[in-house]
Amino acid sequence: MSSSLPGWKELPMAGVAFRPSTDVKTGEWRLGFRPVVKEERCVGCAMCVVLCPDMAMGLGEEGRAQVNYDYCKGCGICAKECPYGAIEMVPE
Amino acid sequence: MARVEQKRLGMMGDEAVAYAIKQVEPDVVAAYPITPQTIIVERFSDYVADGEVRTEFVAVESEHSALSACVGAAAAGARAFTATASQGLALMWEILYIASSMRLPIVMAIVNRALSAPINIHCDHSDAMGARDSGWIQLFCENCQEAYDTVIQAWRIAEHPDVQLPVMVCLDGFVVSHTLEDIEVLPDEAVKEFVGERKLVRVVGHAGDAFYRLDPTGKEPLSMGTFAMYDLYFEYKRQQEEAMRAALRVIEEVGHEYSRLTGRYYGLIDRYRLEDAEVAIVGLGSSMGTAKEAVDGLREEGIKAGVLRIRSFRPFPMDAIRGALKDVRAVAVMDRAMSFGGPAGPLMMDMAAAFYGLEEGPVMVNYIYGLGGRDISTDDFKAVVRDVLKAAEEGVKGVPVRFVGVRG
Repeated sequence: MSSSLPGWKELPMAGVAFRPSTDVKTGEWRLGFRPVVKEERCVGCAMCVVLCPDMAMGLGEEGRAQVNYDYCKGCGICAKECPYGAIEMVPE
Repeated sequence: MARVEQKRLGMMGDEAVAYAIKQVEPDVVAAYPITPQTIIVERFSDYVADGEVRTEFVAVESEHSALSACVGAAAAGARAFTATASQGLALMWEILYIASSMRLPIVMAIVNRALSAPINIHCDHSDAMGARDSGWIQLFCENCQEAYDTVIQAWRIAEHPDVQLPVMVCLDGFVVSHTLEDIEVLPDEAVKEFVGERKLVRVVGHAGDAFYRLDPTGKEPLSMGTFAMYDLYFEYKRQQEEAMRAALRVIEEVGHEYSRLTGRYYGLIDRYRLEDAEVAIVGLGSSMGTAKEAVDGLREEGIKAGVLRIRSFRPFPMDAIRGALKDVRAVAVMDRAMSFGGPAGPLMMDMAAAFYGLEEGPVMVNYIYGLGGRDISTDDFKAVVRDVLKAAEEGVKGVPVRFVGVRG
């Protein structure tokens, strides 16, 4: 196992979180496809923001959908549900 | 600590446990009644209703909830106690592992009773054996006095910074729980002083150094029992094993400290007439009292017999057992539970492991007895001793398992 992780003598007991959960970049689990926003089609309705199960969707400065790839697992719900066809799943 | 003046009271085992818990006065007691544990909960709820303790008594709807409430209370930094038996312990199974792996120093009395089916309310050790690998310390008591004393000691063992594990105090259903005995009790203040306040250990969490508890003030935020995959889970299990090894030492330390106060010492094992013994009975719980009586009789007949009662079943005191039996040539290992389809009863499997690979060790025979409360007499124990001596003379192969008191 990775030597960068603490051994049993150093690890705080009982599954105590020893770093914030946001340190774990779950976007690393993404398999195959990533959502890409077509800015010209996005109207900023935020449907994808509401539906994203990982809170990896937000609205950018322009009020357009923006993906946080650190936490996006590539499930594709945003692309499937976008009423304007503004999100495309693109091979990694 | 100097010896304190003690009072002599007549109490059943269950009452003795309730009385000890009254003196300890934990923050939370959450329990559900089940025969033969009921009297513990009844008596304690009387103490609460009469205003004798300030404990928060949670009358839950099941044992699963009882232990879950204790987990929550202990995680918040409280002292939490519960008690159960048989089916109730079986229903707690899921939460047993959560309590121990979250390193919560809960104390629970188990009034040992057989498991269904057929339904049976009397003593055997099947319930506790089902929790054998759950990560709880398991201390088996012989009588009401020891049940009282062990319930007091249990807090010090559970809460020791090197241990931080929950403790089961096991007493035999009816034989101890419902049998009146004269016991010596400490004054309330002496118990309170001995157990002290629960000292929380400190851990380094995601926001830095913190007491190991869910901080209601939010000043020291902590997440416990979080997600751990193949990259971390194993290390937590290794820590639990280390805590069990530390408990071997702590059980004895706490025992010595308690004996200075009371004159009564209990450690990992209880040796009875083993100094010059050639043959020994090894077992758990109240029937070892009967075995001691049988040994006295055998000695009058010239048979050098002794008893090794194992008080701490988890952690299993391998070194102490080997030392106590080093000059004994024949050992009768008494199991009041079965491991169906296994090589022997649960205690025998551990005893066989304790001597495995050593150049010298006693001949051992496993005797299954007393299931569902079937009585075992001094004559039965004498017959067992003669049987194991014969086996030692004739030699045995493997792990022989024999049944005592079952009709053929």
